[in-house]
Amino acid sequence: MAAVTTSPEVTGVETQQRAGRIAKGYRAVRELPLIPLIILIFLLVIPAMFANQLAPHNQRIGVLDDAKLPPFWVSESFESRTVVQRADKDKLDVEIGLTNARRKVDRGEATILSGGEDGTVDPGDTLRFQANKGGSMEYPLGTDKQGRDILSRIMHGARISLMVSSLAILLGGGLGTILGMLAAYRGGKTDSIIMRIVDIKLAFPSILLALVLVAAIGAGFTTVIVVIAVLLWARYARVVRGEALSIKQQDFIDRARVSGASNVRIMMRHIFPNLVNTVVVLATLEVGHVIILESTLSFLGAGIPAPTPAWGVMVADGRDLITTAWWIFLFPCLAIVLTVLSMNLLGDWLRDKLDPKLRNV
Amino acid sequence: MTAVQTATDTILEVSNLKTYIFTRAATVKAVDGISFNLKKGETLGIVGESGCGKTMTALSLLRLVPRPAGRIVEGEIVLNGEDILQKSEDEMRDVRGRQISMILQDPQTSLNPVFTIGNQLREALGIAHKENKSSMLSRAVDALRKVNVAAPERRLDDYPHQMSGGMKQRVVGAIAMSCEPGVIIADEPTTALDVTIQLQYLRLLKEIQAETGLAIIFITHDFGVVARMCDRVAVMYAGRIIEQGEVRDIFSRPAHPYTQALINSVPKLEQSVDRLYSIDGQPPLLSNLPEGCRFAPRCPYASDQCYEEYPSSYQLADGHHADCWALDADWQGTPIEEFVPPTGTAG
Amino acid sequence: MQAYILRRVAQGILAIFVICTVTFALARVSGDPLNVLLPEEASEEQIALIKAEWGLDKPIHMQYLQYLGKLFRGDLGEAIAWPNSTATELIVQRLPNTVKLSALALIVSGVIAFPVGVLVAIKKDTPFDYVGKLFAILGQSAPTFAVGLILMWIFAVQLNFFPTSGSGGVEYIILPALALGYYNVAALMRLTRSSMLEVLDTEYVKLARIKGVPEWKVVWKHCFRNALIVPLTYFGLIGAVLITGSVVIETVFAWPGLGHLVIKAILFRDYVVVQAVVLLFATAFVIINIMVDVLYAYIDPRIRYT
Repeated sequence: MAAVTTSPEVTGVETQQRAGRIAKGYRAVRELPLIPLIILIFLLVIPAMFANQLAPHNQRIGVLDDAKLPPFWVSESFESRTVVQRADKDKLDVEIGLTNARRKVDRGEATILSGGEDGTVDPGDTLRFQANKGGSMEYPLGTDKQGRDILSRIMHGARISLMVSSLAILLGGGLGTILGMLAAYRGGKTDSIIMRIVDIKLAFPSILLALVLVAAIGAGFTTVIVVIAVLLWARYARVVRGEALSIKQQDFIDRARVSGASNVRIMMRHIFPNLVNTVVVLATLEVGHVIILESTLSFLGAGIPAPTPAWGVMVADGRDLITTAWWIFLFPCLAIVLTVLSMNLLGDWLRDKLDPKLRNV
Repeated sequence: MTAVQTATDTILEVSNLKTYIFTRAATVKAVDGISFNLKKGETLGIVGESGCGKTMTALSLLRLVPRPAGRIVEGEIVLNGEDILQKSEDEMRDVRGRQISMILQDPQTSLNPVFTIGNQLREALGIAHKENKSSMLSRAVDALRKVNVAAPERRLDDYPHQMSGGMKQRVVGAIAMSCEPGVIIADEPTTALDVTIQLQYLRLLKEIQAETGLAIIFITHDFGVVARMCDRVAVMYAGRIIEQGEVRDIFSRPAHPYTQALINSVPKLEQSVDRLYSIDGQPPLLSNLPEGCRFAPRCPYASDQCYEEYPSSYQLADGHHADCWALDADWQGTPIEEFVPPTGTAG
Repeated sequence: MQAYILRRVAQGILAIFVICTVTFALARVSGDPLNVLLPEEASEEQIALIKAEWGLDKPIHMQYLQYLGKLFRGDLGEAIAWPNSTATELIVQRLPNTVKLSALALIVSGVIAFPVGVLVAIKKDTPFDYVGKLFAILGQSAPTFAVGLILMWIFAVQLNFFPTSGSGGVEYIILPALALGYYNVAALMRLTRSSMLEVLDTEYVKLARIKGVPEWKVVWKHCFRNALIVPLTYFGLIGAVLITGSVVIETVFAWPGLGHLVIKAILFRDYVVVQAVVLLFATAFVIINIMVDVLYAYIDPRIRYT
């Protein structure tokens, strides 16, 4: 600031303006929803862009010997059991069958705590063996049942989520925007046909429609994007139509028409630029929704097919192991929740900034 | 004006009432030390521009200042011999409706849209009278008849949206008076009504007052209505009462430059005017009040003293006071011009 | 009002008809049902036989008409993937489970969302309110399956309060119902809070206080019913949320209802069952929406449909 004021060629007014701009910029930064932004950058954007460089392990091929390792802060645990001839089914936490016990000792998985001075395992001896393997920084968030690193898979999953949501929104939002603009601009029959389709679409539970569509086309990356786009377009069409209708009323559209602009030109050069804010806000508000949809479809087995590390697929993998290996389902769940939460907060903020009237959409 | 002679005992006495609203940015001194009293059967007008603290005064009298931001910070409100500021919230509920009540500005929004008129009226009546259904019904019919609602029996089952504005305001009046309170605050009760309906409504209020000996605090920004309705007037400016007195004193000899300006700004039907009189400038923000007289920045007579210190109160006649340095015997500045009462003002 | 309801019913029937057609079309695109019906090494005669038996030899529009005709007689068709049972039987078996689950979820959401929404509105800007806000925004950010699994992990695996999945006594339904209701609780609570705040600020609430109505009555009589109007518009969506949610939650908790059935049917390419369930869901959805409209007119007397 001092440098600015002493600079001779800067007049007082300019200084003031510049100071005003700096203050404004500072205020804008301070008003940014910083926490959601930081979460998004570190959880979604950076992993998505640099998954190949950052991921410590291969996201598709695991090391079977390292299967079901817990996250690094969980240390290994031991337990002791008494060796009996045949273990009682109800007492498996304190007893171990003789055959099983001998095998474990032979493999070096268990040590004899008491008894067994003769070098063999006999009924009545107490065995101490590892109940759960401990975690390590090798796999910070643990591994799944195929020994794949969960952290690496979450990073690659971020890439899938980001790609699916941006492509689906681009496709669905684009389609909806074009149809909404058409409906508003052409009016009459075009309008009522498009809006009836919108009504029917909005009246249909989206997951069911998605499932039926997926069943029809067959699961896959492209299918998911197309299906989500089909689910999305209607809301865009409705909002954009309302917005475009009010813009259409304004004088400059008439002026453009009078000066002989073509319909396409009027829509692209005069109406669309006035819709950009709405479309962008709607898009950010939809990202969270799309991530939820994609992960739900993947979870149900109707989205991204299994070996690909989509977050929903990872949760589905962990579902069966929820009693023994909680980290397999929990971390991808948290990744989804945190991402969607941050995206929603960011969307709300952007809406309040750019287009507060969308509040009730 | 006969009420003044017949009723002598004071029903409401407000002294040094201060109600502030505490926002994150500033403290808004909506009511900043006002005092007045009200006798039985009397009508007191509180006049002032919008945003001068009139409505907040009214809400303070009912202890309904919007919480948690608003708070009565100082003063006494003695109603029927008891200071209501010392009462608990539970005790206040017995005060509201039964001892003091209020008619709100906008009849369109003061009735609950999802309940019938009868339901809302019976609820109000039920606070004072615990009786069986049929006698409550006849009470409700009586209450509507009292405010000149035609065919009251049939009206009870109507919803608010089925009634006209004037009719709704009568119902609001009936609700406010259902428990026969001694004091009613009417907060600009006619501003939302058509002009023809306004007169009817004011006449109705007067009739009811004559019958029941009700004391009315009439809040308005319209000096014409004051002349028609009130016995005494208090003129409010920026959270303070700057002048109060008998209606005829205020109209014939307004002492404060602000009161004079207000009276002059009332257009007269009988006179043809080239331009309407208006006061230059804006009232100060209640969150940022000046040190001295609050009217000084807009006052043609203001001197340095006016900017430095809030004026003392000067008595001009029995019960007629005004806060203005120009009334001081030692006043050095321009003397206030002799007030020429505009013709046609009712006295 | 009656004319309005009639018109809504007519519109609803049209919507159901469109949905029938769309699912019929989609189900036929979804791969040849013959692959499910026949072993790979089937002979030409066998194929022809099966085709004739299922009416698959006729042109598609004839199949469609046949389907509609059967539908009209209340015949939803023979299930393909479940031998010896009709779609109707399958649905009748599972419908009570889904109804139980959805009804409980609905009750849970109503019972929690409305009072809590009112409470956080009254206690605006207190820690109460902040917790409520956090809860609401979390509810909109967590997919149903994640909520279900996290609930299952905490209450069934860690604390051992409930069984993890399956069906049986009351203890089996509580977690799925909570998980299914969670999203609605969050959304309804947020709506109730904001509309309650609006209502608390109105003149008629002021008048109610002026006339000396006790505060609890001001809140629960004067405000609550008015504040319900906005959240009720959302109730139409709840039908959709519950249907969508039940598909997911029934899969998570292995709850033997319609959602579970339809997922299996889609995996087995059993288009008959898919069509039947989707039709049922759509009908339920349409009925819920009409009911909401009627309820709406009852709560807000200003609305009179013509």
